[in-house]
Amino acid sequence: MKLKLATLALGSVMAAAPVMADLVFPSLSYRTGPYAAGGIPYADGYADYFTLINERDGGIGGVMAKVIECETGYNTEKGVECYEATKGEGALVYNPLSTGITYQLIPKVTADGIALYTPGYGRTSAANGKVFSNVFNFPANYWNAASLAVNHLLDVNGGDIKGKKIALVYHNSAYGKEPIKTLEALSEKHGFELLAIPVDHPGQEQKSQWLQIRREKPDNVLMWGWGVMNQVAIQEAANIRYPMENFIGVWWSGAEHDVTPAGDKATGYKAVTFHNVGSDFPVFDDVQKYVVDAGKAAGAGDNVGKALYNRGFYAAMLMAEAAAAAQKASGKADIEASDMIAALESFSITEERMAELGMPNFGPAFEVSCANHGGPGTGAIQQWDAAAGTWSLISDFGPSDMDVIQPLIDADSAAYAAENNIAERCN
Amino acid sequence: MSDNLIYAMEVTLNGLMAGVLYALVALGFVLIYKASGIFNFAQGVMALFAAMTLVGIEKGQVPFSHLINAVLGTEVHHFGWHLHSFLAIAFTVVVMIGLAWAVQQVIFKHLVGQEPIILFMATIGLAYFLEGVADLMWGSEIKNLDICLTSNLCMPQGINEAIDQTTYEWFGYGFFIDNLDITATIVAMVLVAALVAFSQYTKQGRAMRAVADDHQAALSVGISLNFIWVLVWSVAGFVALVAGIMWGAKSGVQFSLSLIALKALPVLMLGGFTSIPGAIVGGLIIGVGEKLFEFAIGPMVGGATENWFAYVLALLFLVFRPQGLFGEKIIERV
Repeated sequence: MKLKLATLALGSVMAAAPVMADLVFPSLSYRTGPYAAGGIPYADGYADYFTLINERDGGIGGVMAKVIECETGYNTEKGVECYEATKGEGALVYNPLSTGITYQLIPKVTADGIALYTPGYGRTSAANGKVFSNVFNFPANYWNAASLAVNHLLDVNGGDIKGKKIALVYHNSAYGKEPIKTLEALSEKHGFELLAIPVDHPGQEQKSQWLQIRREKPDNVLMWGWGVMNQVAIQEAANIRYPMENFIGVWWSGAEHDVTPAGDKATGYKAVTFHNVGSDFPVFDDVQKYVVDAGKAAGAGDNVGKALYNRGFYAAMLMAEAAAAAQKASGKADIEASDMIAALESFSITEERMAELGMPNFGPAFEVSCANHGGPGTGAIQQWDAAAGTWSLISDFGPSDMDVIQPLIDADSAAYAAENNIAERCN
Repeated sequence: MSDNLIYAMEVTLNGLMAGVLYALVALGFVLIYKASGIFNFAQGVMALFAAMTLVGIEKGQVPFSHLINAVLGTEVHHFGWHLHSFLAIAFTVVVMIGLAWAVQQVIFKHLVGQEPIILFMATIGLAYFLEGVADLMWGSEIKNLDICLTSNLCMPQGINEAIDQTTYEWFGYGFFIDNLDITATIVAMVLVAALVAFSQYTKQGRAMRAVADDHQAALSVGISLNFIWVLVWSVAGFVALVAGIMWGAKSGVQFSLSLIALKALPVLMLGGFTSIPGAIVGGLIIGVGEKLFEFAIGPMVGGATENWFAYVLALLFLVFRPQGLFGEKIIERV
């Protein structure tokens, strides 16, 4: 009888206690369709980090994180449907891994008061927080990537690339055209000749483009590709015996599956990155123990340490840290989307904190502000070794040329503000 | 000889090679349309399915492993074997024959006598279903395709040194011709010769032609339409496998392979839906036309002209010859 009474009493107390909702991080993923090869490892990394936090730490500030996956198939309309279907679940921040979906979601998240996080993709000028209140694209964006690639060429050419011919092979879409303005500005500044060569979607056939490269003999080739375009371009470059060490892709052209179809000939290919590579970080021991071995991995557990897995993992880490900061700032564990935005606007991550998380030097230390949603714009260069099957960083995380990029960001965001009657904030 | 003329010659040669690859895809469409009047929207997905099945069998991947593991809580992914390429191709052909039989029994057997648009819609459904099945069966990852006779002798890829050196001696500029494209051309020639021999000199081939010419007449002499259609879908499945191998060798086997069908449509418009030579000639014209246009005009208009110019070229032919270059002129009297 006493036991029954005690049980009843405990039950009443538990019922009276406030119910703690999960912290919801929707993942607009694509595990099917032509772009699934890139979408799967990213989505796995994003989900696995939150699973790790839940399993190892009991959630964020004692509240469990919940990742709601919605399949977009990299289709913009489906992405918007996913957003509409999940925003009522208490979504804190969206990370759609698609520039097309990002463009459609910018006005929606702004109206709904939810954060949109687009690291290394999306609308570049969203780095200007004065105009884009709800969008964050730290630590680096497309224009930083273009500048980082040129900086690398400056480094390997003793600081002088005047008179060099640099070709840009790009996906003939809004995404692929992103770096052109920046590269044009940089070509004026450094005196190199820019040769822009578009590749139509999906990029399965690129013979004309690589014949042109063979004829024009550019000193370097930069690539802005995604999906099958990457694999075909690297294969065609190998076919025409273009020196791989002179071929640099953006971070969306720098995954393992981009280089493996070309086999040994892909050795030496480079890509820009805004985070570290490989699985040699203490945090991945925890991922193995608490996530993979426990059978809780989002995928088969075989993507850990791959380039796009690390990117999704890194994005999740930054969002989890922002959520923890929001809890601290608001004084409540059960934060809302507005708390998340406030925390993102004053977000910072230090080298010490990354080391504590088992991710030393995984990405740059940086701070975000009301005006600067783009972070430091730093990045490094990774290089592929086919024999080892690994990427290695061949440079430190260095700065991009903000003297060139900032005016472009200001001009583009000002045009967006004028178009949409947005008054500048953070003044 | 001017540099531009030499470059144009190189572009033309590469256009011819690309045209062969387009023709390989178009052939599958032609076979099915000719025999059954069905425009098979699923032909590109069949190429994807065949290539994925080939790699899966060759590398000993357990089909539906994700599904099996999720339902049964197991951890099975591989059988542990690595089959010889030719053995894997043989097993894949068996799978494609099984698919042809299933398609006939489950779908088209029940749609006999329906309007062509209904049959076309059925193939759209089939395309999406097959894409989903391929995903479930083999996963969405990009798979490397290694077709090898021996461990040291695999499908060649990269610049052909002999052509490069010879043309360099002739013109002072070495032409780039991809060994894979040369292989594809030889394979396509053998394939077309085999198809012609099959349709001319075998009983089943003659029956196939009879059905293609007149269903009713073929039925009246005791030819089984059901069998012939299974046969035709099987042959189209084999052609899809060849196309899947050639395209998959370039980029790895991945889901965008299904989009190669888009490259076949202008070829069909130009060459006609009912002619095997039409598919070949159409492929060559489209290949050369789009590559030369991109070479000559592309730089003036910002490039990336190939996708749309192929259709412009096909439309131009349609205006003057609606049935395509080699298609049959259909006159319906009312």
